[in-house]
Amino acid sequence: MRRFLIIVVVLLAVGVGAYFFLNRTDPDDGTAPVLAGAPTNADPVARGEYLTTAADCVACHTSHDGGKPFAGGLAFKLPFGTIYSSNITPDKETGIGTWTDDEFVRAVREGIRKDGKHLYPAFPYTAYTQLSRADVLAIKAYLFSLPPVHQPEKPNELGFPFNQRWAMGFWNAAFFRSQRFQADASRSPEWNAGAYLGGPLGHCAECHTPRNFGFALKHGEALAGEVVQGWRAYNITSDPTHGIGKWSDEALTQYLRTGHAEGHASANGPMGEAIAYSLQHWKPEDTAALVTWLRTVPAREGDDPIVVDAAPKAMVASSAVAPGGDDGKADAEGLRLFEGACASCHQWNGAGQQTAYAALAGTRGVNDPKGANVTEAILEGVKMRIGDNDVYMPAFGHAYSDTEVAALANYVIRHFGGKQGEVTPADVAKRRAE
Amino acid sequence: MNARRDQGDAFDAGRRNALRAAGSGLAVAFLWTAGMGPAVAQMSPRRQAADAAAAAADGNPAFAPNAFVRVDADGAVRLVMPAVEMGQAIYTGISMMLAEELGVGLDQIRVEHSPPSDALYGQPLLGGGQITGGSTSTRGQWQALREAGAVARETLVAAAAAQWHVDPTSCSVARGVITHVPSGRTLGFGAVAEAAGKLPQPATVTLKQRKDFMLIGKPMRRVDSPDKVNGGTQFGIDAKIPGMKVASVITSPELAGTLGKVDDAKARAIPGVVDVLRLDNAVAVVADNFWLAQRGLDALDIEWKHGVNANLDTETLIAALQESSRNGPALIGRKPKGEAAADGKLIEASYISPMLAHAPMEPLNATVHVTPGKCEIWTGTQVPTRCVAEAARICGIPAEGVVLNAAYLGGGFGRRLETDQVEQAVAFARQVGYPLKVIWSREEDIRHDRVRPLYFDRISATLGADGKPTSWKHRITSGTVLGRWAPGAMGKDGMDSDAIESAADLPYDMDNVLVEWVRHEMPPGLVVGWWRGVGPTHNLFVVESFVDELAHAAGKDPLEYRRSLMKPGSRALGVMNLAAEKIGWGGQPLPARVGRGIAVGSPFGSHVCAIVEAEVTEQGQVRLRKAVVAIDNGITINPSSVQAQMQGGLLFGLGAALYNGITLKNGAIEQSNFHDYRSLRINEVPELEVYSVESDEVPGGIGEVGTAIAAPALTNAIFAATGIRLRRLPVALAQLAASPDALKRVAAVGGEKEDVA
Amino acid sequence: MVTLRVNGEDRQVDVPPDMPLLWVLRDVIGLTGTKFGCGIAQCGACTVHLDNQPVRSCQLPVSAIGDRAITTIEAIGQTPEGAKVQQAWLAVDVVQCGYCQSGQIMAAAALLARVPNPTDRDIDTAMSGNICRCATYVRIREAIKQAATGQQHGLQVVVDGSAA
Repeated sequence: MRRFLIIVVVLLAVGVGAYFFLNRTDPDDGTAPVLAGAPTNADPVARGEYLTTAADCVACHTSHDGGKPFAGGLAFKLPFGTIYSSNITPDKETGIGTWTDDEFVRAVREGIRKDGKHLYPAFPYTAYTQLSRADVLAIKAYLFSLPPVHQPEKPNELGFPFNQRWAMGFWNAAFFRSQRFQADASRSPEWNAGAYLGGPLGHCAECHTPRNFGFALKHGEALAGEVVQGWRAYNITSDPTHGIGKWSDEALTQYLRTGHAEGHASANGPMGEAIAYSLQHWKPEDTAALVTWLRTVPAREGDDPIVVDAAPKAMVASSAVAPGGDDGKADAEGLRLFEGACASCHQWNGAGQQTAYAALAGTRGVNDPKGANVTEAILEGVKMRIGDNDVYMPAFGHAYSDTEVAALANYVIRHFGGKQGEVTPADVAKRRAE
Repeated sequence: MNARRDQGDAFDAGRRNALRAAGSGLAVAFLWTAGMGPAVAQMSPRRQAADAAAAAADGNPAFAPNAFVRVDADGAVRLVMPAVEMGQAIYTGISMMLAEELGVGLDQIRVEHSPPSDALYGQPLLGGGQITGGSTSTRGQWQALREAGAVARETLVAAAAAQWHVDPTSCSVARGVITHVPSGRTLGFGAVAEAAGKLPQPATVTLKQRKDFMLIGKPMRRVDSPDKVNGGTQFGIDAKIPGMKVASVITSPELAGTLGKVDDAKARAIPGVVDVLRLDNAVAVVADNFWLAQRGLDALDIEWKHGVNANLDTETLIAALQESSRNGPALIGRKPKGEAAADGKLIEASYISPMLAHAPMEPLNATVHVTPGKCEIWTGTQVPTRCVAEAARICGIPAEGVVLNAAYLGGGFGRRLETDQVEQAVAFARQVGYPLKVIWSREEDIRHDRVRPLYFDRISATLGADGKPTSWKHRITSGTVLGRWAPGAMGKDGMDSDAIESAADLPYDMDNVLVEWVRHEMPPGLVVGWWRGVGPTHNLFVVESFVDELAHAAGKDPLEYRRSLMKPGSRALGVMNLAAEKIGWGGQPLPARVGRGIAVGSPFGSHVCAIVEAEVTEQGQVRLRKAVVAIDNGITINPSSVQAQMQGGLLFGLGAALYNGITLKNGAIEQSNFHDYRSLRINEVPELEVYSVESDEVPGGIGEVGTAIAAPALTNAIFAATGIRLRRLPVALAQLAASPDALKRVAAVGGEKEDVA
Repeated sequence: MVTLRVNGEDRQVDVPPDMPLLWVLRDVIGLTGTKFGCGIAQCGACTVHLDNQPVRSCQLPVSAIGDRAITTIEAIGQTPEGAKVQQAWLAVDVVQCGYCQSGQIMAAAALLARVPNPTDRDIDTAMSGNICRCATYVRIREAIKQAATGQQHGLQVVVDGSAA
């Protein structure tokens, strides 16, 4: 009995020891590579503004129904419940107006709020932990330069045990390491800047890297693609077939700066937001750095690889204004919808008109038989401002039935991707509910 | 017309007679209202007091015998249109009526918009207001305008005869030329116009018999077509006024919400943005062009203040209507005669008809220039004099200070019977010195439509041993359009005649009929308005669906069942038989999941039957395959227009029934543009045939008839195809494609068709 | 300053590059035959031709036009197909309110230029992007067939009535 108690105590001690060891904080302030858009000699507020933009804080910390920037309230519907982003304006009551530098740095890099409670990793402290203290404080300086917005936080909607914030300590012990960015001396300064921009700051992996059973990133599958809030974040490894290995530097740059790469892709959904709020505002040198780094991401096939057919039969048989090569019977319903509501912008040959963003040819969206992003785009539409132009597609979800949306998505996949679409009305219904 | 309601027990009969006499439409309401204020002047074929001023304003044409005809010294014949043209082809119809009697070719007439004047252009069927609506134009002008043409012709002939010193009866008129038949001498209208203007007008004129018509009854080309195919037609939105600026507007999306703080710094920083103007509930950005104005509007940071509707949504509203339906008080629109049979099979149902937007292709707009003591307006409206009155009120000037320049309407459908957009434009324009064109974006147009009312209906009948109803009870619950739009036209008991049209006056020979209406006050800001087909559009959906339900319950064919309830020789029976014959009712068996639905009614002084053939796919999608419409509209002025109105009207109604319903969330209309407020497209249009019954009866309305009969024909076809009875519109969302239960039934078609939902 | 070639004439306009062609035509150049219906390329009322191909001018930034030739409803009658379409439109009297018809005619003229004798399916494909709230669709179909074949489709209207 006594021996058993000793074992228990020892195990507890080891466990507690391990818990604290695994949850230890990296005491290093960290050093960031030099970014073109945030030179070290710049005013901290101006630096902070650029870093805040590069980290795209506003995308998550702003509610979509007309919310004030950075005032929080955006819902994240996760498999285990809904959580809401927080108010990070300097409002003293409802925002972070009373937070000290150390409190802010701890929150951003360790995931622990001012009151000592754990944050959920929907806030990507797992990536931000690598930021330098100077960069984090620059972001704080910028946020504190903004007008305070009084907007109380929305309580999360999580069931037990997920509503137990303390339990995140164990999640952190298992999946999180507090550590600063380490420059790779064997690489160019540009590559290191790209690694910092795409890693800790831009946190690409948060969407593009597959997650494990514990909702943590599978580092062995880095950037090989994942589904986030119904949208597919594509494989952005250097794999030539499934990733972006075949894209030219120019195409990648064009995409990152405008959300559209000719013959490859037009951003929408969460990536559209990333372009609109963040990437289009980067200094060209920083975009180039990101491209340099992306080029070196090891090629991976990912779980559900997409093979782009750049010249599917029906699309090739079509002209800009008339379809060809469709199956008159199987495609009839989708074609009928497409010719009414879609063809005047997308065109039958996939070239797109009025805006280049309407081009569908060669995109992974129309080559994904599951049709995640095609279906989401039909339901939710696209609305973003890139440079001096509005990029807009109406959200058709409100007036078109699940059957129609599924038929239209499958038609688009077959016509522009040459593949049998697998979208069912039930899928569409599920997406609406999400 | 004497349509004063009788008192006591007989009042119901009086009301029914009024309905029968006038046909129906907005008209009815006005017809049987006594005491709408002092007797109003209205259109007259002869010169009247107000005519002199109008002629003077028109540059004193050589001959202006009435408010409509102007003959200039060069012989040009101009017709001033008492109604407005919004697609219904009334400019052509009126021109034909006038030309027929005046003795000119349709090609010789130049049509002109009328200036605002109830006295000269008041519609007799609408209380004498200068109003185009309710499918009343042809009905209300048929007599007066032919007579106006005849008066003008006889006066011109008299002038020529006087010059020749011959008997006027020895003269004939053709293509604007008067001929003295015995001598062959001729004089053009222009040559005698001046002289004719000085002659007394004939006290009586004899109008042509139908057999003598040269124009009326022929499919004449519309007078407005040539300009409409080359982009030349001037709609309100095309107004170009020197010095004009353009505004884009946003009104509180939450109905009855108000404007809080507006930060306009970013908007004003846009080059080309001129002004930011505010009202209690709206803000406008003024710029050099509409697109810049829209950019400016997007750049505003606006705080809206919640009002009473912050928590209003569609389902709450429906629940409130249902509550009112249960609790009343109900006004009686038709009293049952005789005793209901003690027993029989009771059939009951309830129906929901959604709110609907008009979405005319031309978004609402008005151009307004306010200067001291004056307000000039350019717009397309169905109610010119109402616009003038509102502008005068807002500017605090007499009505004489308001000038309204009419334009062609890019669709009306009832939306332009309202003045709200013009009022708003005036309120903005009076804040600036320059002419201001205010255009509502499509999003504003839909989010601030004055929607077709939401209706909740409970209806029941008891069937006798022969399957025919021995009693019929129908309780309609809704807001009132008439009660706001023309409160004086409401019945003394508070009845809204529009709400019960085509419900109280059934084409079926039944005595024990009770029709009631419960008035449900809509929340402030949710303003309901006239929508093409008005009351009958809703009532025919309920009545004709329910008759179909009774036929099913009685185990009878829907056509045979209706026949058994109609009086032999009735005009409604006539159109129904014609439609049934043309589609081959009961002939070849139809493919699986294909059904035909029939609906018949007598709205707007006409009689109409539509038979729709529809397929329901296994996935629950509805396809229109074929439709046949038979119409008896009395004497036809222009058969081409009748065909066009029946085609367009039916498709307008079918599109709405398939797709449309305005819904509310947090007090705001959720729909905004054609992606979420769908419109029928050409690839959804069925094979469509229109047949007319030859008739000597007075002309009936045609603009709204097709729309009013569409929905029940469609839902009855869906029932015939699937056994699924849709008691709520629209069809497309949720009820078939998204209902697992419905899909199971659709898949199982071929077996027993059951009544569900 | 952008140079646009509109109906055969060069027009210099001083407008922002992202300004849609529709508003340049209507509010700057003053050609109001091209109509604003929805602003989101769903209704087709704003259809014009760029190098003879139909485009939705409400969504087309002027900067994307380049040197392509713009044809609007005001000049479509000068093309053989445009003239035939307008003639057929009058012969079966398609128009009602008329507001969408500029776009309908531009779409139909482009169709006939491409497919001289279109099938019903061709007509659906070319015309389904154009909404007509008056629903003149039955006659639009008839007029296109009549313009294509020269043979009568549907009720033909009488042009001149010589009254007694």
